Amino acid sequence: MRAYVVRRLLLAVVTVFLVSIIVFLMVRLIPGNIVDAIIAQQMQIGETSDNREIEAARATIEAQLGLDKPILQQYAEWIARVGSGDLGESLWRRTPVIEDIAVRWPVTLELGILGLLIGQLIAIPIGIYSAQRQDTVTDYAARSVAIGLVALPGFWVGTLVIVFPSIWWGYQPPITYVKFFADPIANLQMFLVAAAVLGMGISGGTMRMMRTTMLEVLRQDYVRTAWSKGLKEETVVARHALKNALIPIVTIVGLQLPLLLGGTVIIEQIFNLPGMGRLLLESVVTRDYTVVSGVVLLFGIFQVAINLLVDLTYAVLDPRIHYQ
Amino acid sequence: MADLRGVPATVNTRAAPRPAATAAVPGPSRFLLRALRTLVKEKPVGAFGGAITLLLLLTGIFADILAPYGMNEVNRDAFLAPPSREFPLGTDNLGRDLLSRVIYGARISIIVGLAASAISTVGSTLLGLVSGYVGGRLDLLLQRAVDAIMAIPGLIMLLVIMALVGPGILEIILVLGLGGAIGGSRIVRGEVIKVKENVYTQAATAVGSRTSGILARHILPNVMAPIIVLFSITVPGMILTEASLSFLGLGIPPPAPSWGGMLGGSGRRYMFLAPWMVIWPGLALAIVVYGVNMFGDALRDVLDPRLRGGSGRFGVLGTNRRSRRGSLRRRSREQTTV
Repeated sequence: MRAYVVRRLLLAVVTVFLVSIIVFLMVRLIPGNIVDAIIAQQMQIGETSDNREIEAARATIEAQLGLDKPILQQYAEWIARVGSGDLGESLWRRTPVIEDIAVRWPVTLELGILGLLIGQLIAIPIGIYSAQRQDTVTDYAARSVAIGLVALPGFWVGTLVIVFPSIWWGYQPPITYVKFFADPIANLQMFLVAAAVLGMGISGGTMRMMRTTMLEVLRQDYVRTAWSKGLKEETVVARHALKNALIPIVTIVGLQLPLLLGGTVIIEQIFNLPGMGRLLLESVVTRDYTVVSGVVLLFGIFQVAINLLVDLTYAVLDPRIHYQ
Repeated sequence: MADLRGVPATVNTRAAPRPAATAAVPGPSRFLLRALRTLVKEKPVGAFGGAITLLLLLTGIFADILAPYGMNEVNRDAFLAPPSREFPLGTDNLGRDLLSRVIYGARISIIVGLAASAISTVGSTLLGLVSGYVGGRLDLLLQRAVDAIMAIPGLIMLLVIMALVGPGILEIILVLGLGGAIGGSRIVRGEVIKVKENVYTQAATAVGSRTSGILARHILPNVMAPIIVLFSITVPGMILTEASLSFLGLGIPPPAPSWGGMLGGSGRRYMFLAPWMVIWPGLALAIVVYGVNMFGDALRDVLDPRLRGGSGRFGVLGTNRRSRRGSLRRRSREQTTV
């Protein structure tokens, strides 16, 4: 077990290191020169106009970004700064990226956690029920709904959820972001609908997974023993089957995380929530590449950390699993 | 996850067609007819999905004939007009007929869905073959790189790359295709490793066949079924991702009638005044993604029963693609790391 944990940790470190290289290279190697883009942006704003000024501006920007140095040195300097918690400055606002992120991440975290909770809360009971009533009409209905939920585009449902209550009842969710601890009710009013749409998108997968594992567990010997002892259905399902059927659900949290994080970008955009996704989108449009690399790097590290956590939890939860 | 109820849900060979109906039909089309009948009988939902897929294809191909107006034809006296006999789905803020735009949107979805999936599948195959067959240090290196790329949530990675590359249909096809190739290579690699262990592959190696020969004659034919399945389950994801990116303004730029773009750009600006602008493109998208998904699932059951998830009698409804892919991914991860 200890060897397994150590190996997983080392692997996670290697992955984070590679993620940092990808993020670093992504904004530099992909066609569409970042300096040209910044200059084009500045010309639109009207800061620079004639050629000599553009050349000067180019040199300044390149020096600012450290682009005039060899690429290995650039990476070494960047990673050293990132390692000490300095993600650089926003190219436009001149504020430290880490400060922007500090303001934004609680929004995404709240949205993500609520979305995940709502998703599992819809999925797990339906999955269990579906397995208990295998091949009945209810089962088919539940499974069809699960597949339908996967196919529904979140941005469409989100838009409709805003449009129709407003047209029918004149209701609109609050638009300005309120911190949870400042006013929990207003905050939840903002988040719950958004999180429900987000959760809906991921619930289909969990529902199918829950049903499959529940079916598998219900056919185990110890469950049959529980039945033959004359226990009630609720006891067999809740005490004997469910405990083991829930273990694989841990992994699906890890598998759904990319979907969830990608979803927050869209949901934050639709529901006007000032989270990391909005920050990323704003920075991507204004080509604020220090912010972009900072945000993407953090998303990557977060994902690696959760994957690690999921793997370790899985090993702890299921004592049958031995890792050499 | 095996089919625990023990009901074999393989292709039905029992259902012999009545000879009278098929006697006149020559060989190949008779086979097709029988396959079709089996599909409808055994996998009704899959067949339904197939019908939607076919409808999508026809709509896309014959968009010029089907659409009552041009995709960018402006009707000056009908801005934001509600659905009417003249404009069955209403018009947008520029007075363009929404029905026509939704119909032309099918064409974009098909092109992006098929082209991106094709690139993705070919890329997955090449990467998976190399990584799985060569193995050793190269495999380790490639897999760590794949790990790292997959650690960055897909949509986030794609939207950053699209922002850097710039919007456009060709751009999005390439970005989606290459992005998909990385995740898909895992599945191909896993299959290749399985086939590599087989005796006939080892025999071919023992008699001194060239690597290219082994790959072409022994490995590739045996991983073809999962590759076809991979292609079919990639298509709906690509369609949905294109729509999501276009919705965010980073996919296909206006005035092209991409369903996601129609919803995202002017659609969101006028959604309270003209809700029909956001209803129809999204509905079309939802139906198509559902249909193609179902069709892909059924195709997988027929082509590659080994890959099936825990399915009931109507295998299509019960297949668990997500968890299966997950378990495949986990399995292939653990093969190298644990």
